[in-house]
Amino acid sequence: MSAASKETLRSGAALTALLLISWQLLYWAIGEIALRSPAETMLFTVKYVGTNVFWLHLTETSKAFALALMLAAVIGLSLGFGLGLNRFSGEVLEPVLVAAYSVPKITLYPIILLMFGLGISAKVAFGTIHGVVPIALLTIGAVRNVRPVFLKAAQTMHLSVRETIFSIVLPSALPEIITGLRMGFALTLIGTLLGEMFASQRGLGFLLMNAIGLHNIDVIMAITVLLTLFAGSVSTVLLLLNRRIQK
Amino acid sequence: MTPATACRAAILVALVAVLEILCLAGVIDRLTMQPPHRMLVDLFRLLMSGSLNRPIAKTLGNVALAFTISMIIGVVTGICLHRWKTLRNTLDPLFAAYYAIPMFAFYPLLIIIFGLGDAPQVFIGAMLAIIAVIVSTLNGLDRVPTVLLKTARISQMSRVETALHVTLPCAAPHIFTGAKLAISYSFIGIIGAEFIMSNSGMGYEISFAYNNFDNATMYPLILLILFTSITINSVLARWEKVLMRRRGLR
Repeated sequence: MSAASKETLRSGAALTALLLISWQLLYWAIGEIALRSPAETMLFTVKYVGTNVFWLHLTETSKAFALALMLAAVIGLSLGFGLGLNRFSGEVLEPVLVAAYSVPKITLYPIILLMFGLGISAKVAFGTIHGVVPIALLTIGAVRNVRPVFLKAAQTMHLSVRETIFSIVLPSALPEIITGLRMGFALTLIGTLLGEMFASQRGLGFLLMNAIGLHNIDVIMAITVLLTLFAGSVSTVLLLLNRRIQK
Repeated sequence: MTPATACRAAILVALVAVLEILCLAGVIDRLTMQPPHRMLVDLFRLLMSGSLNRPIAKTLGNVALAFTISMIIGVVTGICLHRWKTLRNTLDPLFAAYYAIPMFAFYPLLIIIFGLGDAPQVFIGAMLAIIAVIVSTLNGLDRVPTVLLKTARISQMSRVETALHVTLPCAAPHIFTGAKLAISYSFIGIIGAEFIMSNSGMGYEISFAYNNFDNATMYPLILLILFTSITINSVLARWEKVLMRRRGLR
């Protein structure tokens, strides 16, 4: 094991310890009405993950999330490449995307629901509109920042547009594109869950909303922790991948 | 007006016109969406009637509060972390993965802890905003040229003087970027929280109108929120560009 990865491991362990300690302290400060201790949560989570109800809702959420992420990635990347390679259309539409990024997209939820109706398509659409903007924006930036020398070299070698994209633009823009996908991943997950929280009878978002209604703190804690762990670990993996590519 | 701006305006106008025609022709029925001109008329009527004044004031007040809290705590934390390298290295992965955490999943817990008042909403807005401020403060402090710090030492400036005359002015444009992000994150956090569960504010009014199929209130409100957040953001972005250019940073 190299020194750098040992260092990463050590700071990861320190961070986990720090978070667990603050959680325990918070639990002591607030008490049983609103929180559970890390140990209690872990025990309950293990038990909860074994139940059928959990798996039913998890499959539902995974389906919607996978579909939304795929759509967000495909639309975001094609928008990004299209607008990044064509200077003028980029200048026209980039500010629109930036504006869309700063809007609280939750306010658009009623419109999405009226357009798509109840069911999985509304969730998927809501997840997609959350994720697509950062993927597109970062891809535009990445494609635009490809060094002009590379593109000129491609031209001199008479590469076709497809070849230029796949063997020049994509590799040199990859680190930033992965950052975009990382942000898109997180936002798509949030979008899908939010979609489930309001108008759905299935999925983890629905379970969360239901647990609030029943004041079932065990379930709220378990789902929150699982979601955080999932999102955090995928994000960390993408981050490490990014570092490896950049080296 | 540059050609790009003109083209963008033309596209937006065309989109609105298409929407208007589709709505008037009945392709999109009234229950799904109202024609855009109706939304504007309704928005004007609502704003004039004064029934929206309280929710607007409440939401904007909370956004301002969350923004102020996140700026103060964020900048101070950023400065401390910049001094204390070990802690910074430990927390770095958290900052990188922070925005992957579905923050609204914590909202139920916050309601239980703080009750159903303004506090959980402000808290979630500040929580979303604070990391952006910390990261950009650190970024700004990292970019203070060493030469300037050496000059400060040569002219025997005290720590406070160095901070006030050298470090902070140098880091200011970067901190401004953080502030811009913090405002839009506070906005997203607070409107989202109000929408999910609350008893007042603009987000609540939308979800209330939506649950009552009251399109004549819902669409104008959505329009108002879109206008507000886009206006704030574009004004700040323009100001940021001016600041950066003055420093020769972009």
